[in-house]
Amino acid sequence: MNSGINNTGRRLGGIFELIGSRVMEFLDQAGYTILLLARAFYYLKDAPPKAREIVTQMYFAGVKTLVVCSLVGVFTGMILALQTGIELQNFGMQYQIGHLIVASMTREMGPFMAAIIITASVGSAMAAEIGTMKVYDEIDALEMMSISPVKFLVMPRVAALATMMPVVSVYIIVLACLGGAVVANSILNVSFNVYMKHLYKGIHFKPIYVGLLKSFVFGLIISGVSCAYGLRATSGELGVGHATRSSVVASFLMVLIIGYFITAIFYG
Amino acid sequence: MIEFVDVHKSFGPKRVLGGFNLSIEKGETFVIIGQSGIGKTVALRHVAGLLHPDSGTVLVEGVQVNGASPGTMRKLRERMGVLFQSGALINWMTVAENVALPLSEHRRFPKKEIDRLVDEKLGLLELGDAKQKTPSEISGGMKKRVALARVLMSNPDIILYDEPTTGLDPVMSMVISDLIRQMQRDFGVTSLVVTHDMKSAFHVGDRIGMLYGGELVQVGSPEEIMNTENAVVRQFINGDLEGPIRAQ
Repeated sequence: MNSGINNTGRRLGGIFELIGSRVMEFLDQAGYTILLLARAFYYLKDAPPKAREIVTQMYFAGVKTLVVCSLVGVFTGMILALQTGIELQNFGMQYQIGHLIVASMTREMGPFMAAIIITASVGSAMAAEIGTMKVYDEIDALEMMSISPVKFLVMPRVAALATMMPVVSVYIIVLACLGGAVVANSILNVSFNVYMKHLYKGIHFKPIYVGLLKSFVFGLIISGVSCAYGLRATSGELGVGHATRSSVVASFLMVLIIGYFITAIFYG
Repeated sequence: MIEFVDVHKSFGPKRVLGGFNLSIEKGETFVIIGQSGIGKTVALRHVAGLLHPDSGTVLVEGVQVNGASPGTMRKLRERMGVLFQSGALINWMTVAENVALPLSEHRRFPKKEIDRLVDEKLGLLELGDAKQKTPSEISGGMKKRVALARVLMSNPDIILYDEPTTGLDPVMSMVISDLIRQMQRDFGVTSLVVTHDMKSAFHVGDRIGMLYGGELVQVGSPEEIMNTENAVVRQFINGDLEGPIRAQ
């Protein structure tokens, strides 16, 4: 009887210990990421000499993701138009589809879709690249030359992603609206003119600036989290893989959580 | 010049350095030999301030490295260079940009002067043709020489070499070993070399110390090490299977 209670107690203790260690790990990583972003902001004063590196990173985030962003944008708009258009058709309100698409894309889906693409393609590459530099002593070599890795590596990536995320979001929103127009016209029998008229009606200033703000914040989150995991990579190639995977998971979660709070602050 | 006083270092339960003592004179080339994973690189990293001891003191020119302020550390590192095992070159930069890095990032010299110095160092290491290549386009031996050229850009008084000949063919190993000797002869550089390449160790070292069980079990000139009676050192330098050393 007593040994049964002891075993249960030990198991419960183990579970609490595991949860506790996970929480501590999360807080440690979150604190490190916030400090890293703060230091990256400090080094923005040195951005002009780093213009070439910033533009290169902007190219990776913007131009290199153009094809996937185009496909995701068009198909998101088409799916949205099809799913909601069929329901609206039941009420004879399918002509409103343009309004609905632009509202949902600018408020939430544009920045979110952009964040997913950038996390998967650019953030993961950042974590892997910096992680590889870490395990092959390149970060230590920078330290030995009294070159701050934050100024040399993190600041250009944070500046580039924070700048490019709103651009990528707007691009996805525009393409989603065009994709929606194709479905509205071909399946829902809504003419292009009617679609555009209602789409213009759905454009409001607040969703646009909140959407852009979200994209900007998502850019900071993805770059900060990816660089932080990369800089803390250990144990060779296995550690780089672990850092990359963890950075993608953490970026997704942070985008969702912070995205909710931004929505709550502006629309709650 | 470089001094370890009773340095202890553990990683979790694994004790790597246990009462490690060593004194390296100015202008001397000291070689630490020992098995892979025994703690040679750990000792070297303590000098660079990239690792800190659990207890004990590491001194460079009388300045305590462990616990030094960022400003003091920066000043120490300006006079120190590390040749990392992998070369640690920045992959997206050309050879010339990599070599220029210690000066171009701090913007203390005009670009023309930096270009002149890059040409000078690359010429010294016979790398002039590789100037515009990226690290992925050059061989392992060239990478090590480029890394050495980068170290030389700041005219260091101390150079720390982490396994400088590992992964190189015997001829290239000798080229690198000769360069280490040349650094001492021509520039009076104080060097700490960690290696398990015995041929290179005997070639470059003024003194050699064998790290085993967290401390130096024997320190002596290359001749003394070659003719040692110490069973551990003898087994290691001869590569014998029988003896006190067990494969890790």
